Amino acid sequence: MGQWWIAARSVAVLYPTLFPGVRSLVSPIPSPSAGKLIKPAATAPELLRNFCIIAHIDHGKSTLADRMLQLTGVVEQRAMRAQYLDRMDIERERGITIKSQAVRMPWATVDEDGTEHPFALNMIDTPGHVDFTYEVSRSLAACEGAVLLVDAAQGIEAQTLANLYLAMDNELEIIPVLNKIDLPAAQPEKYAEEIAGLVGVEPSEVLKVSGKTGQGVAELLDRIVEVVPAPVGNADAPSRAMIFDSVYDTFRGVVTYVRVVDGSLNPRERISMMSTKATHELLEIGVISPEPIPTEGLGVGEVGYLITGVKDVRQSKVGDTVTTMHHGATEPLAGYSDPKPMVFSGLYPIDGSDYPALRDALDKLKLNDAALNYEPETSVALGFGFRVGFLGLLHLEIIRERLDREFGLALISTAPNVIYDVVMEDNTEINVTNPSEFPGGKIREVREPVVRATILAPSEFIGAIMELCQSRRGDLLGMDYLSADRVEMRYTLPLAEIVFDFFDQLKSKTRGYASLDYEPSGEQVADLVKVDILLQGEQVDAFSAIVHKEKAYAYGVMMTAKLKDLIPRQQFEVPIQAAIGSRVIARETIRAIRKDVLAKCYGGDISRKRKLLEKQKEGKKRMKTIGRVDVPQEAFIAALSSEQSSKDAKDAKKK
Amino acid sequence: MSPALPDGDTVPGGGPLDGWTADYDRQRGFSVYVHVPFCKVRCGYCDFNTYTATELGGGASQAAYAQTAALEIDLAARQLDQAAVPSRAVQSVFFGGGTPTMLPATDLAVILSRVQQAWSLEAGAEVTTEANPDSVDQRYLETLATAGFTRISFGMQSAVPHVLTTLERTHDPARIPQVVEWAKQAGLAVSLDLIYGTPGESLDDWRRSVDVALSTRVDHISAYALVVEDGTKLATQVRRGMVEMPNADDQADKYELADQAFSEAGLHWYEISNWAREIDGKPAACQHNLAYWRGDDWWGIGPGAHSYLAAGYFEDEAAHAVGIDNEVTSTTTQAHGVRWWNVKHPRSYAAKLESAASPAAGREFLTQEQATLERVMLGIRLSEGMTISDLPDPNPAVIAGFVARGLIDGRAALTGTLKLTLRGRLLADALITELMGL
Repeated sequence: MGQWWIAARSVAVLYPTLFPGVRSLVSPIPSPSAGKLIKPAATAPELLRNFCIIAHIDHGKSTLADRMLQLTGVVEQRAMRAQYLDRMDIERERGITIKSQAVRMPWATVDEDGTEHPFALNMIDTPGHVDFTYEVSRSLAACEGAVLLVDAAQGIEAQTLANLYLAMDNELEIIPVLNKIDLPAAQPEKYAEEIAGLVGVEPSEVLKVSGKTGQGVAELLDRIVEVVPAPVGNADAPSRAMIFDSVYDTFRGVVTYVRVVDGSLNPRERISMMSTKATHELLEIGVISPEPIPTEGLGVGEVGYLITGVKDVRQSKVGDTVTTMHHGATEPLAGYSDPKPMVFSGLYPIDGSDYPALRDALDKLKLNDAALNYEPETSVALGFGFRVGFLGLLHLEIIRERLDREFGLALISTAPNVIYDVVMEDNTEINVTNPSEFPGGKIREVREPVVRATILAPSEFIGAIMELCQSRRGDLLGMDYLSADRVEMRYTLPLAEIVFDFFDQLKSKTRGYASLDYEPSGEQVADLVKVDILLQGEQVDAFSAIVHKEKAYAYGVMMTAKLKDLIPRQQFEVPIQAAIGSRVIARETIRAIRKDVLAKCYGGDISRKRKLLEKQKEGKKRMKTIGRVDVPQEAFIAALSSEQSSKDAKDAKKK
Repeated sequence: MSPALPDGDTVPGGGPLDGWTADYDRQRGFSVYVHVPFCKVRCGYCDFNTYTATELGGGASQAAYAQTAALEIDLAARQLDQAAVPSRAVQSVFFGGGTPTMLPATDLAVILSRVQQAWSLEAGAEVTTEANPDSVDQRYLETLATAGFTRISFGMQSAVPHVLTTLERTHDPARIPQVVEWAKQAGLAVSLDLIYGTPGESLDDWRRSVDVALSTRVDHISAYALVVEDGTKLATQVRRGMVEMPNADDQADKYELADQAFSEAGLHWYEISNWAREIDGKPAACQHNLAYWRGDDWWGIGPGAHSYLAAGYFEDEAAHAVGIDNEVTSTTTQAHGVRWWNVKHPRSYAAKLESAASPAAGREFLTQEQATLERVMLGIRLSEGMTISDLPDPNPAVIAGFVARGLIDGRAALTGTLKLTLRGRLLADALITELMGL
């Protein structure tokens, strides 16, 4: 395709109303006759292009996707709402995509002689955060190509880089694209060089688009058709389709998104999930464009959805292989694994009577979140609640926020912790997901999860980052310059250190310029101890923490000082101690209150004073009593508000 | 009087006692409070209902105030009659403010005589006015005594100039002994008000104020911990970090210092913030304030003033409104007291009375629980203590705990009286909370 053609195409797209004649000549939307060639279930694999967009949060992926929907005529101008594909409110508000979706879009290229070549493009949207690496990997596995989308004013970020490597591992064709070139702050030359270096192309091959104005988007679609390989599969083999997402819908039950690899799937067939051997009737099968459209089935290379009537996404697991019950495949597709929670936190209703409501809410969220798991737990300090396992901090934050926003639940959450393997002297092994369950007695060793972390930052911050990682027990694995002034650093770090305000620290030490990505990388033996906090000699289970021996003292001092400020003075002296076993390592004292009396109580004061006392009764409900000490809920919230966890997650969302 | 009016029910057209019928005989005491809402300057810590302009318009001006107050007194007498509240002679009258002595002594006399006309005064009734040491002279005090006043309470607050400056009190502390002397010569019983715990006040500063107050050999002293009330200038200064928030431990030290010094000088506590000398075997206590703490009836005259009457019945419509009784079918409901409060601004107060309407802005009927809570929270403040068997649900374990923690007098408890110790006085509110299971 010559340059002249691309120029004509962009004119046609950008100014269709000015050049109506031109538009009909080179319309990118297939004509009705051409459209017949790309009907779902009847499209030759050669005419399919499956791609995803790899981008960092707020680098404009959703806006670009919106433009594509418009250009391909899938969404009419007037039906367009910003970020069409992000369905949940939280997603739209935060500008992030939690759940991926797949949209089928028609597109045509036209030869110089006017011959029209129709294609069906499947855009598979991927989640953009570290917590969802597995889901991302499955989305990538459903594609043959990936658009690497980078903000022309910001350059590539660590998570994007991690996903890029993931895409390269999956042997995807990478199309490097700079977005937001309309921004005054854009530095397309600089960043084109950077990503060209990463992908292994010439900087001139990096496409430049603006999702906002639509500039360059048609050329991008043409490039996708040109370079992304068509899917290859055996149409005559037993059917195999990979699940890359499943979403619970109140009306339809679970909607499962699949990519057919071999064979085909047809309506009213019985299908089988290969990991569980469970079979279901295929009630509906179709494609999303961008609303679900039932079809005659899905053939080799096609992407679409299935509805079987199941009510729980656990019955439709991401990465699993779908086959037909009769004459089904015997070998599942590679790459399936169960989501494994990495971070745990106790969630407790502030009002104890909300416990059943919390349970119901978690049950509902679980329908749509295969990675969410929880079990009931009781805390002396916080009452009845749940120990909840999450994929990571953002996952935790999203769940907390949904419990608050969608279910109106006010919660206290304990500081997030990781899972520990404790091996006792007698070789029994204990899995600890709650610090208060950390065993006493003779311990042979404690193992903690570690991650392989990638940090991208301007090179001026190398020293600060090394210092931080060293203080967090990190091991430097390697360091590479992405460009003259940007560096990629790779570390092994204990996950527990990342969970504990690492991201905050990283941001503050690099003035917000660093980005972080990490992936699980096994476990290591470490010198870990449990620090307990005691109020007047009574252990407060919610405040127990497992920390490295060298940091136990600092943790004890920090926590006792924090509690001293948060717990109101009582009528008696209250010692606050931090202890490892029976050894006290830090102590503060809340002095007894000496004066609690209204100085004046005359005629006009009586009503007000009585009302104050009556109100106090209400306040009492918000107190937890530890031994004889009244601790306001606010003190628990503040002490546990692990500024780290919530801020971490919030920052992670922003950068 | 407190700054913001409480939340209450709307007052019907007939006034605060519309639909009310009293349910007791004439044994219960009856007192009258007169609020004078004027000051020369507003002090930085003060959240009382007071105004510094001399001309607020219409009947709200200082000059017309005595006449306006007289209208409410007449109205009060009529309404008490209608509600079948037993007619009794007044046992005490108290003029508070504001600064009552902003008005000419003759105006105070006019108001007092109107009270006398409306109900008559008991023989030996206590008639007190608060006064600013700056706003009286010998002649003024003699006029008051002649008009029937028996007692005066001077707002001394402190003897230390920098403390007075922080409080924005304008009087000259050197004037205190002089005005006390004049008042005594006029035959008035004298009390001094002190404030402790002002930001910047040292323990020595406070000791000096206590010593100066005692050196005047008055028979009564009130000492109040400074409270930073919302909405005052002082609160703003604390918020902006210009002055330090009073420290509760420091105030406890100062309370203990004062209690010891007063006792040694022969003034003994009879209420948490009040000390009096025994005269003829009886403490020279303020009878009017005792009426509040003992739960007598009282009518408050003036803008923002509160009033209270004990047990009675009210018509059912109101019962529904306060939710005492969900049954709408009964015609009358018992209440354990009624309290109401007047509109706050002198101008709306005057306007109401000039149109022969009640100035009451809101009222509340007390449930038994509320009445009990008030009885305990007031009664416990007194040195005479409370009879344990009068408590709604006395828990022996709680009372034993108080004794063990040194909050109440163990011997008194054994004989059935709950009487605060020094330590207990400082923790009275916590004690009430525990006692009432709040």
